[in-house]
Amino acid sequence: MNTAAATEPLVRAVDVRKHFPIKRGILIQRETGRVHAVDGVSLDLQPGETVGLVGESGCGKSTFGRCLLRLHDLTEGRIEFDGRDITTLDRRQLRPLRREFQMVFQDPYASLNPRKQVGTIVSDPLRIHGIGGREASVRVRELLELVGLSPEHVNRYPHEFSGGQRQRIGVARALALNPRLIVCDEPVSALDVSIQAQVVNLLSDLQDELSLTYLFIAHDLSVVRHVSDRVAVMYLGKIVELSPAEELYRRPIHPYTEALLSAVPVPEPPAPGKRRQRIVLKGDVPSPISPPSGCRFHPRCRYATDICATEEPPLVVHASGHLAACHHPLNVGDRHPV
Amino acid sequence: MSDGPLLEVRDLHVGFRTEAGLVKAVDGVSFTVDRGEVLGIVGESGSGKSVTMMTVMRLIRDPNAVFSGEVLYKGRDLMQLDDDGMRRVRGAEISMIFQDPMTSLNPVYTVGWQIEEQLHAHQQLSKQQARARTLELLEAVGIPKADARVDDYPHQFSGGMRQRVMIAMGLSCNPDLLIADEPTTALDVTIQAQILELMGALQDEFGSAIVLITHDMGVVAEAANRVAVMYAGRIVEYSDVGPLFAQPRHPYTTGLLASISRLDRPRQQRLPAIPGQPPSLLTLPSGCSFRPRCPHAFDRCDEEDPALAARMGDAHLDACLLPPERKRELHAEAAPA
Repeated sequence: MNTAAATEPLVRAVDVRKHFPIKRGILIQRETGRVHAVDGVSLDLQPGETVGLVGESGCGKSTFGRCLLRLHDLTEGRIEFDGRDITTLDRRQLRPLRREFQMVFQDPYASLNPRKQVGTIVSDPLRIHGIGGREASVRVRELLELVGLSPEHVNRYPHEFSGGQRQRIGVARALALNPRLIVCDEPVSALDVSIQAQVVNLLSDLQDELSLTYLFIAHDLSVVRHVSDRVAVMYLGKIVELSPAEELYRRPIHPYTEALLSAVPVPEPPAPGKRRQRIVLKGDVPSPISPPSGCRFHPRCRYATDICATEEPPLVVHASGHLAACHHPLNVGDRHPV
Repeated sequence: MSDGPLLEVRDLHVGFRTEAGLVKAVDGVSFTVDRGEVLGIVGESGSGKSVTMMTVMRLIRDPNAVFSGEVLYKGRDLMQLDDDGMRRVRGAEISMIFQDPMTSLNPVYTVGWQIEEQLHAHQQLSKQQARARTLELLEAVGIPKADARVDDYPHQFSGGMRQRVMIAMGLSCNPDLLIADEPTTALDVTIQAQILELMGALQDEFGSAIVLITHDMGVVAEAANRVAVMYAGRIVEYSDVGPLFAQPRHPYTTGLLASISRLDRPRQQRLPAIPGQPPSLLTLPSGCSFRPRCPHAFDRCDEEDPALAARMGDAHLDACLLPPERKRELHAEAAPA
């Protein structure tokens, strides 16, 4: 676990924007609007670090993850991998680099081809990068063992495995080419609780063993806490808070983070006759087609004042390594919430 | 009639005949639901929690399903009712909310039409009365500008709003029992918090009993009065919510509670995981089904199939053969230092 800022980041995202055009018309298509999925996100990942990226559905966290791996072309901004600008590389130029960064997907049922055997699934990346024959089959067995599956499973099909085992296959596939960066897009959301812990532990063991760098995307703050060195909270296409992990849980600065933390149910029944007090956000996430003016969170924020509707708060440093974008930051100086 | 439990399920078995043999999805489940209470049924996928409640609603139409046992609702056995009789109960007296609000509403009808359909099916109402009641319900579940949204189609609603519509539909005929099958699982945590708060408020107002099916111990802790923990088709622990969380007695419950990442406790280096996978319902292990994954299993667990019983002399039932002293130690061991 390495959080020292002195080293060069493995990945650097600078003011990344990804807008999806909305088109109307059959023959002559006109652009009638834009979905601002990612709207100016800057984030560095240090080698060996895990950054958790958290937000509600539709906040742009997965789109950002895909932009980072160049699975989407950026609308604006820059992605550097290991000091090299990869923003405008074409497919052919990207291919050798793809060894270095891989992805683990959310749904272990949909992300494995049901007609391929496990051995083929895991060796596909090897084949694509010109590793075949005996070398590949030795590597596949090695990988299956690494993720806690039996090497005898190479000839089985995905449907013969449970959800947790399938996710292990997905992890083995991502590891096949010895990548340095893995974007984990909600890797445990589809799994049962008792299995989630297994997969989370596996991912952190692999990180120690293979010195991997993770971007760990999740929709709530509880799982992320165990794996992350730093946590970024996203809302409507922007990072609203970025902080060392424990700091974020102890002293959230942005009211949205506070509400997200408060929303996680606690497995401890309240005293009889009482309900737990929690901050319940009103309404839904606004549409990313026309985000609210000023601070994008202000229509749902309980601390909002006039300035929040007119002026967009910049992401500024409040404590060492702890950034937040809010006009009324919590837990800083004497401005404790009541 | 009114002093007995609202719903009593006795020794319910549900099996599915398959080419590979009989899959025992529900294997001897008994529980009761009293008026106005919230029973939480917790378990992993495949533990039989949904099948149990789908059977109570008589919604399992699979010709290969085999049932036995009794489902007594206000003293009447629902398993013996004919289709017409069941149709009068379903929706009017017992209604159900499903997990996925995206797929459980019909995309080609407006939400207003769908709620009114249910009202017309069970009550003699004029069109105007049904419309008025629908608006009342949509307002009760917190849909802003209900009169403007009642003629919208489901795709015009967000996930949380659709689940509110489902709840409005479930409550439309003032049922005595509402079955909620993972009502918040498909939603964001922030929206889940909204829905849980809404269900709590509506329960105070309508007084329906609720059976809440979930895999989330956190949701159960906040919403339920009583809890049944299911594993491999059986209830393995059954108790009031307080004692179950304070002093769980089955190693599976202990394991489940330990593997939850808790924000109100210091961060642990590793999450304690339950090793292994849930067993296949086709080939259950001998003795206790949880034995292969249980860190405390001993010889007897292999030979004897533990039934759910009051093993420690109180109302807190469990299906574990460990001696009472050991059970008391279990929780202390699993809890983080």
